[in-house]
Amino acid sequence: MTQDAIQLDEVTLRYGQVKALDGISLTIPRGEVIGLLGHNGAGKTTTIKLLLGLLSPASGAVRVFDTDPAHSPRAHELRRQIGYLPENLSFYPQLSGRETLRYFARLKGASPQEQNRLLQEVGLSHAADRRVKTYSKGMRQRLGLAQALLNQPKLLILDEPTVGLDPVATRDLYNRIDILKQQGTTVILCSHVLAGIEEHIDRAVILAGGRILALGNLDELRHAAQLPMHIRVRGSLPEEGWMSRIGEQGVSLERINGSQYLFTTPESEKIPLLRTLVKEPGVKDIEISEPSLEAIYTFFSSQWRM
Amino acid sequence: MRTILIVAAKEFQDGVRNRWVAAISIMLALFAMGISYFGAAASGGVGFTSLSTTIVSLSSLAIFLIPLIALILAYDTIVGEEEQGTLILLLTYPLQRSQLMAGKFVGHAGIMALATLLGFASAGLMIAIFSPVVSMEELLSAYPLFVFSSILLGWIFIAMAYLISAVASEKSRATGLALAVWFLFVFVFDLALLGMLVATGGSVADELFSYLLLFNPTDIFRLLNLTSFEATRVQAGLVSIASDELMRPVVLIISMVFWIVIPYLLAVWRFKRRVV
Repeated sequence: MTQDAIQLDEVTLRYGQVKALDGISLTIPRGEVIGLLGHNGAGKTTTIKLLLGLLSPASGAVRVFDTDPAHSPRAHELRRQIGYLPENLSFYPQLSGRETLRYFARLKGASPQEQNRLLQEVGLSHAADRRVKTYSKGMRQRLGLAQALLNQPKLLILDEPTVGLDPVATRDLYNRIDILKQQGTTVILCSHVLAGIEEHIDRAVILAGGRILALGNLDELRHAAQLPMHIRVRGSLPEEGWMSRIGEQGVSLERINGSQYLFTTPESEKIPLLRTLVKEPGVKDIEISEPSLEAIYTFFSSQWRM
Repeated sequence: MRTILIVAAKEFQDGVRNRWVAAISIMLALFAMGISYFGAAASGGVGFTSLSTTIVSLSSLAIFLIPLIALILAYDTIVGEEEQGTLILLLTYPLQRSQLMAGKFVGHAGIMALATLLGFASAGLMIAIFSPVVSMEELLSAYPLFVFSSILLGWIFIAMAYLISAVASEKSRATGLALAVWFLFVFVFDLALLGMLVATGGSVADELFSYLLLFNPTDIFRLLNLTSFEATRVQAGLVSIASDELMRPVVLIISMVFWIVIPYLLAVWRFKRRVV
């Protein structure tokens, strides 16, 4: 048994003439929360379908917990250990929430107690006996999450899980992901709401055109992207001395108003600049903002388009 | 096996809840009673007639209605669930595609069997009670075979509906294909055979002609329900020229079972290759 939950090795897949995945290699250790990012058509859904055994690669190998999800005789057993929340989620409109969850639970071999507990945890107990067709988008999404969590999966694949969720439900979802991670669950998180997932993922993989553009934790990605960071200063600065030094070191300064300044600096200049700033008697406050996941993603995506 | 039963139970409950079972039963019962009572109107009067005439009329009704009902019940079983978006989720669960299809078939077959039984049995009961010419004993000699073969006919068209559903890329196409299949087996096939008879001046060998009838499950059904009534052969239209060898019920029932198994297996084969 390896320590890896997922291994993709040189995976290629075509839809007719279109190369959906072009030699992707990716290893995800057990217990990691990884963000799978990319624009529409980047290859995210295809990757997920490969992991779920719904597609087979034209070449290369896919392993989930050491098992080929499409062809292995153990694939059946593997599916008991995977929870999946699809992007375009839909259920049987004529069934109630409870009946829906019962059907899926029976298929997965989960207990009735677990169904009730999950309905309660996702906040659907009060509406469990209503038909799903009367549910709001957010309620359907919560029911979808409940079915994905049936049988305490070792791998959880969530495709746009926050669509339709209100801010409280969204926060609950991220809290749950943090707890699952502590329990050793591997989580794959696909989302376009990058600000939301930033704090909850260990690593991100950015896909475009069926290839991996970037892979790493946020620090590694920031380093690779070499994006400038912003330092906001409140107070007053002696103008002449500052303007002369910033041009030489790649630092730029923008005066927002009489008492606020915004420095834009490469990462390498951050510490020297901060040292100088703290010595200035007129400086009252310094706020550092590092490039967000969104900025990193935008950077890599624009690089690919160029 | 457990997985198949879980899927089957869900399909069957859906059928009961959506009032499919009730609707089909009532429709079959009403049409059956109506056609039994008014069926002889063309010969100058209304009222229940002999059992043989009643069975011929009911067979025509069954050939018209049952394939249509079965196709409507099951034509979207795969393509509909794919368009609805539930298929992809189901296929990530620990169930094989063949199990999913088997479960659905058991459920749909159950709906069709129950509804046919309820509909035709209640009509049979009314005939037995109110018909002055048909006794209960006489009814029991031929009617069970009629009901049983009607159920088989329903299952045949459920299997065909599955094949349509596994082949069609969209639900709208499946609808069109289902209608085409219905027209083919209920109207076009017999017309084509008739045309062939006329064109050849009746010189087609009887033997060959009999075997051609086996290529249409509705003709097999008609043949099966005429075996016990020599007198009705003149009313049976095209199938009256079938050879005696083919008229043996066991041959016909086996043929009907083939008509269930082959489209069903083709449907499973196509479904396993379908990209979702």
